[in-house]
Amino acid sequence: MSSLSRDDVAKLAGLARIEMTESELVELSSQFGMILDAVARVQEMDLSGVKATSHPQPLENVARPDVVLPSLSPEDALSGAPAQEESRFRVPQILGEAE
Amino acid sequence: MIHQTAAQMAEALTQGETTSVELTQAHLDRIAAVDGQVKAFLHVDSEGALAQAADVDARRKSGEKLSPIAGIPLALKDVLAQKGVPTTAGSKILQGWRPPYDSTVVTKLKDAGVVIMGKTNMDEFAMGSSTENSGYGPTFNPWDLTRTPGGSSGGSSAAVSAFEAPLAIGSDTGGSIRQPAALTGIVGVRPTYGAVSRFGLIAYSSSLDQAGPFGRTVLDTALLHEVIAGHDPKDATSINAPVPAVVAAAKSGDVKGMKIGVIKQLQGEGYQNGVQARFDESLQLLASLGAEIVEVDCPSFEYALAAYYLIAPSECSSNLARFDAMRYGLRVGDIDGASAEAVMSATRDAGFGREVKRRIILGTYALSSGYYDAYYGSAQKIRTLIIQDYAKAFTQADVLVSPTAPTTAYKIGEKVDDPMAMYLGDVATIPVNLAGICGMSLPAGLADEDNLPVGFQIMAPAMQDQRLYQAGAALEAALLSKWGAPILTKAPELKGAK
Repeated sequence: MSSLSRDDVAKLAGLARIEMTESELVELSSQFGMILDAVARVQEMDLSGVKATSHPQPLENVARPDVVLPSLSPEDALSGAPAQEESRFRVPQILGEAE
Repeated sequence: MIHQTAAQMAEALTQGETTSVELTQAHLDRIAAVDGQVKAFLHVDSEGALAQAADVDARRKSGEKLSPIAGIPLALKDVLAQKGVPTTAGSKILQGWRPPYDSTVVTKLKDAGVVIMGKTNMDEFAMGSSTENSGYGPTFNPWDLTRTPGGSSGGSSAAVSAFEAPLAIGSDTGGSIRQPAALTGIVGVRPTYGAVSRFGLIAYSSSLDQAGPFGRTVLDTALLHEVIAGHDPKDATSINAPVPAVVAAAKSGDVKGMKIGVIKQLQGEGYQNGVQARFDESLQLLASLGAEIVEVDCPSFEYALAAYYLIAPSECSSNLARFDAMRYGLRVGDIDGASAEAVMSATRDAGFGREVKRRIILGTYALSSGYYDAYYGSAQKIRTLIIQDYAKAFTQADVLVSPTAPTTAYKIGEKVDDPMAMYLGDVATIPVNLAGICGMSLPAGLADEDNLPVGFQIMAPAMQDQRLYQAGAALEAALLSKWGAPILTKAPELKGAK
């Protein structure tokens, strides 16, 4: 039986940038054992020598001619912004302490 | 008028017996009358729809040559961006967002003069099989309002089943078009991966996602398929090849000499008796029409569900990183001094529902160092084996078949607290997505034990989508002559309907 502890889930939630409540962490860790047991079945088969498929199509890199095409105006690009200032996205501080 | 097929409505428009404005208004009236119970729509754009309809009527009047389904109203799954119209993917994190651009599917619908009436409910970011994971509450199955219409495209399937729209668009990552079609007694097709552009389709699992059509008949579904398919330079995975002749195939419906392969692993144990009975009956009908029925063995399908529930969450954990509270959508906790990381974490907690969080965490785990090879890596190898099983099976048969879902529609709330039980409902649809091929579900009748619709699934190789329609049309015609009337005439009338 696989399992993930409450602390394991908290670490993963941190990596995924999801702040979770205590009850969410406990609920998820209680559900994960069953889910991990089910998905771990992929390890039951002998997969030595089998190539991995990341994508159903055998695509090479797809490029288009290097020509300027119409794109969103600054107004359109900012139309859904939670906050904006001087035609730019206004975001919370990214580096260190505020000056 | 609303009970006709889309093909009949199109004929009436061509003959000048009705107008698109009249047709659209009739459907908007139906939505106003019954959607309070069905809750198929998250947003109804009456004004935009009537304007589009008036425009098509004017173009028709001026003698312009229009597409075969110009002027027909449609319901659009809320996973596709439509310029200026609220688009949420069923998530609170996108509440109030109005995209500044059209998805390619929407562009093609508009170019074809199809009237987009509104956005339909769905499991949040298409993660789910019942619409119960929508951030805006569930959709109810028109056959029995205590049951789910399936998912994730349950709003679209319910809208078509309840005659709120003759046509709808859904998306199918693990069965999200075919399973809701099965549970509501309509036709749904997941086209070949890459056949319909993903530009503007809000991503869940990019190597599996594909938009596709719903209709009440095989021909209606083909007419819509032909409109939305085709190469798109804006989607690097879009296939640059002619669209298969699906409408012609739906009109021919000849299965004489066609080899139909029954997949050993997708029937029997675990399938509800009434589901298996309707499936077997449909097989006999196809045999009586001259098809040759063979059994095919796909041993790796036993591991498809496990592979899917690693690959899809892994891809979603990466795709959904874009919801960072910076450029669009919800932002929570942006108080003085809060870091971008804290704001992002608080926003994602407030904006994502339980299932989305569950899958992001599962994907983060499966991709983390130390576990990558055992989980994601193994799942990718299973994917290879599934592709090989299909390739071998398609040397023995032209199309493959199975029941679409192991059960008929279940009660709202029945599986919502048991993720594994919910995931098991996708067992027959998932292999198609992993292999990137195409599949259809069409109604095979009602299960004896509960009088609810059963879906019959047809699968064909990549870019052989026309085979789905050829076999589907043959079975549909045989079933219709057996029943004497379309399956939806057996559904109870909804309250408030005229």
